[in-house]
Amino acid sequence: MIHALSLILICQLAGETVTRLAGWPIPGPVLGMAMLFALMLASTRLAALIVPAGTGILRHLSLLFVPAAVGVVGHLPVLAANGLGVALALIVSTVLALAVGAGTFVLVARLTGGRGDA
Amino acid sequence: MRDFTEIWSYLAGDPLLWLCATLVAYVLGDAASRAMGRAPWMNPVLVATLLLGLLLWLTGTSYATYFEGAQFVHFLLGPATVALAVPLWTQRHALRPALLPIIAALLAGSATAVLSALAIGHAMGLSPQLLATLAPKSATAPVALGISEGLGGSPTLTAVLVILTGIIGAIVVTPLMNALRIRDWRARGFATGVAAHGIGTARALQVHPQAGAFAGIGMALNAMLTSLLAPWALGIF
Repeated sequence: MIHALSLILICQLAGETVTRLAGWPIPGPVLGMAMLFALMLASTRLAALIVPAGTGILRHLSLLFVPAAVGVVGHLPVLAANGLGVALALIVSTVLALAVGAGTFVLVARLTGGRGDA
Repeated sequence: MRDFTEIWSYLAGDPLLWLCATLVAYVLGDAASRAMGRAPWMNPVLVATLLLGLLLWLTGTSYATYFEGAQFVHFLLGPATVALAVPLWTQRHALRPALLPIIAALLAGSATAVLSALAIGHAMGLSPQLLATLAPKSATAPVALGISEGLGGSPTLTAVLVILTGIIGAIVVTPLMNALRIRDWRARGFATGVAAHGIGTARALQVHPQAGAFAGIGMALNAMLTSLLAPWALGIF
């Protein structure tokens, strides 16, 4: 467990360092995710070490949103002043993204002869 | 016995109190969600946020004081993002045969999410700072916060918009996909992960295991793509 956690933190640290040094727009932890994925593909032993720890962290992913979400207490005036615009943007864009994403997947799967589990 | 106000003034400034309150509020939110049979509108994060917001208001506690305790939970968002490599690795064999549909749906879904949100926000007269805050709302929270911060938005408000996006996606996905007659579980799940990140993924896992797995892939890939797309899209508006 402690080895897995160390490796996850090392990947994050490496990701933060590289993105900052190179001035990339990608957040450090995202690059860290790509690095960890590459390491897991390269070594099955390492992957077996990471899976239980990673699954444990992700099981309560929603808890980790809470401290930032409570920040809404400081934004109530902004939200009240822009409520309609923000609500429309969120609802319409989410419905559109779902429809376009799933539609594109089905279309390309059909064109490339991929098997669809209908 | 010492005066309660004396003890309160000690506790209220101590990180332990607000760390504890955060965990208890989440446990209550999770219990409420389970009691409602995991109905999408009874979201544990939403419940915990309402409880904590009310508690802060009642006790006259500032967000800064609260965050001194809650920061220990908040910090774990970074390692959790790195840990998203795990579902990606677990599903690596399902990934390869569906590679082309995945790439196409990722590009189309992610671009639609960012561009349509910015276009509507711009048309509704939202400020540039609010647009920067809105741009990464379909990415998973830890990533969206980082993007928003980098673009000059408000990370704390982005977190709220991300959570609302996730709840909206989880509520509409099943009726929407049925209306569109899309029955491929890979397509339904993947689009949900791209548009509605972790909260959408949780919903997809309840509906169908393959939808859940592909939602996890969609969430992880969209996290990477949004960090590239959002700065570019914001430049248009």
